[in-house]
Amino acid sequence: MAKQGFTQSAFKKAVAALILTGGAVSAFNAQAADEINIYSDRQAFLMKPILDAFTEETGIKVNVVFAKSGLIQRLKSEGDNSPADLLLTSNVSNLSRAVDAGVTQEVNDSVINKNVPAKFRDADGQWFGLTTRARVVYASKDRIQPGEFKDYEDLADPKFAGRICTRKGDHTYNIALIASMIAHHGEAEAKQWLEGVKANLARKPQGNDRAQVKAVKEGVCDLAVGNSYYYGKMLTNDEQRAWAESVNIVYPNQEGRGTHVNISGMAMTKSSPNRDVALKLMRFLTEDEAQKIYAEQNFEYPVKAGVEASKLVDHWGEFKADDLPLSKVDSFRKRAAMMVNEVGYNN
Amino acid sequence: MVSQAEDRTAVAIGGRPGSLFKTRSGNGYWQFSVWLIAAIVLLPVLAVLWLAFFPEENIWPHLLSTVLPNYIITTIGLMLGVGFFAAWLGISTAWVTTMYDFPGRKVFEWALLLPFAVPAYVIAYVYTDMLEYSGWLQMGLRQLFGWQTARDYWFPEIRSLGGAVIMLALVLYPYVFMMVRATFIEQSASLRDAARTLGCSRRQVFWRVSLPTARPALAVGVALVLMEALNDFGTVDYFAVRTLTAGIYDVWMNMGNIGGAAQIASVMMIFILVLIGLERHSRRRQKQFSRGDRFKAFQRTRLSGRKAFACWLICIMPLVFGFIVPVLSLARHAIVYFEVSWTPDFFEMSWNSFMLSAVAALGTIFLGLILAYGKRLVKASSVQKAVRLSGLGYAMPGAVLAVGVIIPLAAFDNAVDDLFESWFGISTGLLLSGTVFAVIFAYIVRFLAVSAGSIESSLEKVTPSMDMAARSLGYNTLQILLKVHVPMIKPGVLTAALVVFVDCMKELPATLVLRPFNFDTLATHVYQFASDELLEESALSALVIVLVGIIPVILLSRSIIASRNEKQ
Repeated sequence: MAKQGFTQSAFKKAVAALILTGGAVSAFNAQAADEINIYSDRQAFLMKPILDAFTEETGIKVNVVFAKSGLIQRLKSEGDNSPADLLLTSNVSNLSRAVDAGVTQEVNDSVINKNVPAKFRDADGQWFGLTTRARVVYASKDRIQPGEFKDYEDLADPKFAGRICTRKGDHTYNIALIASMIAHHGEAEAKQWLEGVKANLARKPQGNDRAQVKAVKEGVCDLAVGNSYYYGKMLTNDEQRAWAESVNIVYPNQEGRGTHVNISGMAMTKSSPNRDVALKLMRFLTEDEAQKIYAEQNFEYPVKAGVEASKLVDHWGEFKADDLPLSKVDSFRKRAAMMVNEVGYNN
Repeated sequence: MVSQAEDRTAVAIGGRPGSLFKTRSGNGYWQFSVWLIAAIVLLPVLAVLWLAFFPEENIWPHLLSTVLPNYIITTIGLMLGVGFFAAWLGISTAWVTTMYDFPGRKVFEWALLLPFAVPAYVIAYVYTDMLEYSGWLQMGLRQLFGWQTARDYWFPEIRSLGGAVIMLALVLYPYVFMMVRATFIEQSASLRDAARTLGCSRRQVFWRVSLPTARPALAVGVALVLMEALNDFGTVDYFAVRTLTAGIYDVWMNMGNIGGAAQIASVMMIFILVLIGLERHSRRRQKQFSRGDRFKAFQRTRLSGRKAFACWLICIMPLVFGFIVPVLSLARHAIVYFEVSWTPDFFEMSWNSFMLSAVAALGTIFLGLILAYGKRLVKASSVQKAVRLSGLGYAMPGAVLAVGVIIPLAAFDNAVDDLFESWFGISTGLLLSGTVFAVIFAYIVRFLAVSAGSIESSLEKVTPSMDMAARSLGYNTLQILLKVHVPMIKPGVLTAALVVFVDCMKELPATLVLRPFNFDTLATHVYQFASDELLEESALSALVIVLVGIIPVILLSRSIIASRNEKQ
């Protein structure tokens, strides 16, 4: 008898649980007017201080879903009924993908346009950059003489054979760099370059940008490609400081076109149920206060002119950034991604 | 009545499909339920196939001529490696804990399940930390031998296919252990006794009797291991091992081509279908029943000395490497980084994880029972196929499945919204998308194969004469299920619940994409940091996942043991 009791109550519980879940659903959907919903592929903990500042100033509650992939698809499937107002991304590719998927809308706002320089926003106002980061090269202090490595083009120079580390070739940061090479040199030359870089790799591409600097410290390689803000992140991390201290940060192509930069950015969703509030947050993100927090917290460069980078970042010195508009670079994204597979970069 | 029942049993044992259970009452409902469940859980799979066959931009020729062959070879290598290693660990530990008595055996019976609670990406991270160039092991060696750089000596690279095989096998072998051990225990001892009187040595009994009879369970266990290995993203990504799953993420996240990702996912599905088909084909003539009620309690052989130590060693190794080492390492990080990692949200996140996993476990058991029992009752091939197809969600990586879930759910929501808009002028908005329902639905689609498979293999062992007897006593099919079968297969049901629960606790990609606003589980919290390779700072949450995961492991394995003892 005891056994029967077990099974029957288990079934009842199962059924009750399923029904309850269904009931709870409607409660989740209720949304007040003074709230804003964000789909973000930047980690929530990075965004939190800025969004908290916004809530404090305006009393508007900010709701976030963070995921690295799938959110554009979610937006697209949800269609006009999607609760999301704003899309935040960590690179330009995801912004233009969202535009391609038709889930963004044009924003033409004088404040935002004034704060965000034209080269860091979409010409049609579909997306806006919030911070920039340079794709730099970290060179071993011991094994690379100052001036020995200068340009991205040098990465393919046979003198660096077996001395270079990068993360996977098809990571968005590398794809954007390769796309900029295509934009400047044309496809054939860019492919030759990529084959040269591949031939110079010290090991199969693996790990993130920081792991490459760590590999330099360990003597696995002498040059590592990475985003600029990781330098700051490593210097402020007890365990990783030694990695950062083993390298010099080199901004490539200073005597030519300048260093390739990428952006983190935002776009208003097409279905935004709360456009006014969304616009308010978008403006806020481009203003001094938010820009300052970005700069301080994540060691990125603010897009707004006149906002200072963090002291640490300032310390690395001024650099010349590539002036080619990002939307132009991004138009070679797909070609760049295929090129990575064609040269077998990750094998 | 009696002779009729015997007739039918004879037919059943002869293996001829057909009219075994055909009666006037009730089977229509079962048939319909099976179809309905299969149809609903297949929706996401169909959505993915649709994406694969009608991509916005066809990348297939490019993939085929560049990376795909490599992905497939690496995937086969990973599956073979993990399959063999996990089977070896699982069978050896299950055999010694069933057949022999040695110090610690009772603890091992449940402790050997513990590695199951450790997410694969966590164990990968922990061992890399230890074994890589800057890990303490190599550092010590360098100091000892005076080596200067990585170029001065050779050390096995943990970030490799071999490393991934070992990591995955260490946390996945419990599937095999669990399934095979249950069968070893249920195998009637008289079978082994008979083999012994016919002159088999102990070793021959294992190879000729015990292992072959455990084959269905072994197949289920290894299939689960292989699917988990195939679906793993965290470990292979971290180790730069280019499997199909890693390829899916590259094509999707980096090339932004969901159609291409769906195409690779479909290739993976073919992989799994072939695998399952081969296994079924190879044992198509086997059928075994046990009465389940009165198998002879067997006496474990008591060991001492060197032999006992050997058994102890067989059991302690997977436990040390699969559980104790990673947990200690996490605990150390959790203590060091406690201030950075502690957040008051922990209780909420733990509750979210627990609630989602528990509901999903109950849901899959409920649906799994209907599927497995429906399959037993209705021999029509459409039902058999429906049950098999309903497990397809397991063959799909979580992130792709999530997209598959979004599409039909959002379509449903929008259709309802349109309907209400046009009839009543009210907008209902999104009813199911972006709610916990979507997450639970994804879990159920993904893990239904686990529960249905486990329940099915338990039900298969219940002799059809049980149904006959109950039927002749006037029970209807539902009563037979609840009053006869469920009590008999309780260990199998509990095992299934346990597996699904722990799997859901660890599930990440689908949860990330489908969850509501401001909603974190322990796994998503860990991921925020782990995705930046900052696992130290999330060690505390990783530890909590393991700890919350082992509570049901311990509770359920005790109750499984208890229900067995009851039977004996």
